[in-house]
Amino acid sequence: MQSRRMQLQRLPIETLLPLGIGLLFFAITSSIVIGPMDISFIDSIKALIPWETDLPAHIQLVVNQIRLPRTLLAIAIGAILALCGAVMQGLFRNPLADPGIIGVSGGAALGAAIAVVFFAPLVVNYPLILTLGTVPVFAFIGGALSTFFVYYLGTDKNGTSVTIMLLAGVAIGALSGAALGFMNFIADDQALRDLSLWSMGSLAGATWPGITLAFTTLAVLLWLFCRDANALNAFLLGEAEAKHMGVNVQMLKRRLILLCAAGVGVTVSLTGIIGFVGLVIPHLGRMLSGPNHKTLLPMSALLGALILLIADMIARVVLAPLELPVGIVTAILGAPFFILLLVKQKGRMS
Amino acid sequence: MTFGPQPNSLKPLINNQVDKNKVAIRAQGLNLILGGKTLLDNFDIDIHAGEVTALLGPNGAGKSSLLKVLCGEIEATGNIAFFGQNRNQWSAKNLAKHLGVLPQHSTLNFAFLAHEVVELGGLPLELSNIQTQQITQEKMSLVDICDLGHRLYPSLSGGEKQRVHFARILTQLSQAGEQCVLMLDEPTSALDLAHQHKTLQVAKELASNGAAVIIVLHDLNLAAQYADRLVIVNHGLIQADGTPWQALQPDIIERVYGWPVYISSHPTGDFPVILSH
Repeated sequence: MQSRRMQLQRLPIETLLPLGIGLLFFAITSSIVIGPMDISFIDSIKALIPWETDLPAHIQLVVNQIRLPRTLLAIAIGAILALCGAVMQGLFRNPLADPGIIGVSGGAALGAAIAVVFFAPLVVNYPLILTLGTVPVFAFIGGALSTFFVYYLGTDKNGTSVTIMLLAGVAIGALSGAALGFMNFIADDQALRDLSLWSMGSLAGATWPGITLAFTTLAVLLWLFCRDANALNAFLLGEAEAKHMGVNVQMLKRRLILLCAAGVGVTVSLTGIIGFVGLVIPHLGRMLSGPNHKTLLPMSALLGALILLIADMIARVVLAPLELPVGIVTAILGAPFFILLLVKQKGRMS
Repeated sequence: MTFGPQPNSLKPLINNQVDKNKVAIRAQGLNLILGGKTLLDNFDIDIHAGEVTALLGPNGAGKSSLLKVLCGEIEATGNIAFFGQNRNQWSAKNLAKHLGVLPQHSTLNFAFLAHEVVELGGLPLELSNIQTQQITQEKMSLVDICDLGHRLYPSLSGGEKQRVHFARILTQLSQAGEQCVLMLDEPTSALDLAHQHKTLQVAKELASNGAAVIIVLHDLNLAAQYADRLVIVNHGLIQADGTPWQALQPDIIERVYGWPVYISSHPTGDFPVILSH
């Protein structure tokens, strides 16, 4: 029957959530145990327990100061990126949208580049000026400014046009790309290397204040986005339709765009640009649990955390003791998956 | 599918005798100019509860614009009140419980199941999941889409999608009570013969229960059969307003549409039939 064939195999959230959480715990354990340095499973777990003091100091150090922080950061960053991606795709009513589309990634990268090239001497004082550091602060400011600009361009007296915003985002992205190229051109060797690492994304710089910031952001975003889950569902039908269903469309758009800008700004400022998570994970979420935002948002957060954690593990071990920027891994994993989706979609339409 | 003969409860309507309490929407002094074209020119209209009002007129006459102004999709100067209260004084959520709008087209690129789209209509209502399910089921059987419930919405045909949205709007209005306004923008454009009649029958039934129903239609014969009141608009003004027999005069139709017609009487029902030259 045709209807049977069109029906994708969705799983109920009651099955998916425990399954995902189980997998996440498994991945967390693996991420703490696996690394270039050989530490046994028992020792890794012991090192996490504060009153176990009979372990060598270097094991304690590696587990508690290196592996645990970046594991936690990967979870928070992956979840934030996937959440913002899901919300952006809903807001633009386009499953191909991603957080980069409103210009936030480009602006943040440009902000980071300005900090690296012009304020490099300050960055030597790393870790942490004002608990965050110059580069992250500049990245955040750059992301926020470009988002405001794109939003301003897309807004007139009748409200905000997401189509204009989309096009403005492309333009601002190109502009900040050009400025970034210029920064690369005038940068010295050290700054150039910092810049290229930044643009590929890495979880290596995990610090406790950064982790705290990331989890606080995640909690706030998850809470506020889930409150708007129903409104986002209505929004998928169209702006006018959502309005007729009692949704304050203009407020919704403004709120969600600003929250996404803040979320992506925080991730870029902490880890640089990690691509494809925000684009691909929500798709995976829709395939598993359907497009309803009530289930899609928590599923996306969970999957984003899981996938970025796995990607980071791959980044750490594949060329050990060298470490690949995680952004390269997410692109290598994400791009083929995305192409597969497109091919499947094409097959279904014809 | 079998449909019984149409109930013919066409009450003669004389505007100045209608009870003031029955005015659902009162619009006064509407002016709308879009792209240099005057779509509404100091336009006044009252829409009455318990009636199906059909908006007719040639392409570009401003029928859809009028509907969009009434429901708030387009801002126009002038005054619009729902049930005696200015539209701006209604909270968005409260208005959504009492006003349902079926657009001409909706695009939804996400793989919702058809019944999930219908359930979205429950959004402005404070209903339990079970209540929503019940109401959704009831409305889906009303518009004859029960067997589509578990199909993916993007895989449905245009007419099926239209009926899914009609069920969604009916779900949204399920708690409207006495104050109920239903606006349909060319609801029959994508439908087959039987479903055209079925859809308008449902709309008429809602009106006979006290709702104000406004339908933008192209098909004069469908309007003659189902509407209690026909409003023909052109150049931003009302050209004719009255019962089907009053509004559908050969000279009016020819003047508005620029095409000569014959008006005849339906062999079994009491409404005019329009035959083109």
